[in-house]
Amino acid sequence: MQSLTLEINGARVRSDVEARTLLVDVIRREGRLTGTHVGCDTSQCGACMVLVDGEQVKACTMLALEAEGAHITTIEGLAGADGRLSRMQRAFRKYHALQCGFCTPGMIISATALLQRNPSPSEAEIRHHLEGNICRCTGYHNIVRAIRGAADLTDPLDDSAELETLHV
Amino acid sequence: MYDFEFVRPVSLADALTALEDEDAMPLAGGQTLLPSLKARLVAPSKLVSLAQIPELHGIQRVGADHVRLGAATRHADVASGLSVLYPALAILAGGIGDPAVRNRGTIGGSLANNDPAACYPAGLLGSDATVHTNLRDLPSDSFFDGLFTTVLDPGEIITAVTFRLPVTSHYLKFRQLASGFALVGVFYARYNDHLRVAVTGAGEGGVFRWAEAEKALAEGGPDALAEIGAPRETMLSDLHAFAEYRAALVAELTARCSRAAEQR
Repeated sequence: MQSLTLEINGARVRSDVEARTLLVDVIRREGRLTGTHVGCDTSQCGACMVLVDGEQVKACTMLALEAEGAHITTIEGLAGADGRLSRMQRAFRKYHALQCGFCTPGMIISATALLQRNPSPSEAEIRHHLEGNICRCTGYHNIVRAIRGAADLTDPLDDSAELETLHV
Repeated sequence: MYDFEFVRPVSLADALTALEDEDAMPLAGGQTLLPSLKARLVAPSKLVSLAQIPELHGIQRVGADHVRLGAATRHADVASGLSVLYPALAILAGGIGDPAVRNRGTIGGSLANNDPAACYPAGLLGSDATVHTNLRDLPSDSFFDGLFTTVLDPGEIITAVTFRLPVTSHYLKFRQLASGFALVGVFYARYNDHLRVAVTGAGEGGVFRWAEAEKALAEGGPDALAEIGAPRETMLSDLHAFAEYRAALVAELTARCSRAAEQR
């Protein structure tokens, strides 16, 4: 066992882990944060996507000990301290960008990372960026719409707009 | 995966010492090694992380015609950092895997692994490049040694790669849709004194230079390619594509790649 210290969503996590422990297992077991999913466990589906020092990484394909000292952001860390959802999370809700929801945490993390680097991506850039995220419901169209909505700062994504959409 | 010892040295000397153990393996970005460990295809006694070694990092311009990349330079860094200096290599790096893979995977890791469908082997062989290791300097033409094999000795690690910048160049990949790896990838680079066409994904023995195409392109430009037809090198044939299909793709991609480079 080796000692590991990292920060997950601003909280310090200290743990003794086997060398073979994956980052995603520390997040889920030690951090008790189960929003980061394990889908394929073979680095293809992107359900385990998290931000490591601000950059998206598949947490099933990184050893926990490689994240020593790193700042990890998971889906649970995107909402504000007051519980208000992030702009991307609200966009996913407004545009119905999820069906079963399994891929959603990874999709939102990827989309968040994309807009940090490229605040107004084209549809082609969005689709290229989502290469490593697989939606088993094949709900890609609304996911792309949601990311465009999050990037469109004139879209308030507010509650009234959401209700209107829901009742159409 | 089986457990192993794990060390994360902060100097090249310490990493090399740690690698002296029998069955120790270096860990670069781990984007191939971790899936291999999970599948128990490899079972090292010790993994030596190369992530925290300053000597292995950084992109440096060397003189007017060269650029040196530390072995731990990630695909994402090449994609963003070389878009002006060596756009073909930036395109190649920006098309590997997906954004998460590009944030972890490194040039040294990819070259040392020499996956026959990986992109970087074409970028290296298609460039007049030198692989630097802790022991020696290897020209790109003598680095690869068959599928998943290079001339690197046990315990020898890549420290950096120096690319000579071509006059013009391009990279095109025909993706295998499920994996994103190259079903066929072609790297074209023209220098003042010679021209290179390197093909990945297609050769039975891994990445290769297509000599007939180089000769035809040097003498007659992209239009001369039609006369030599598809390559005669031994093509891979598997469930993804028959040999004839791969050969046709190599010819077509080489034509498109050279035209794109020459119009740049």
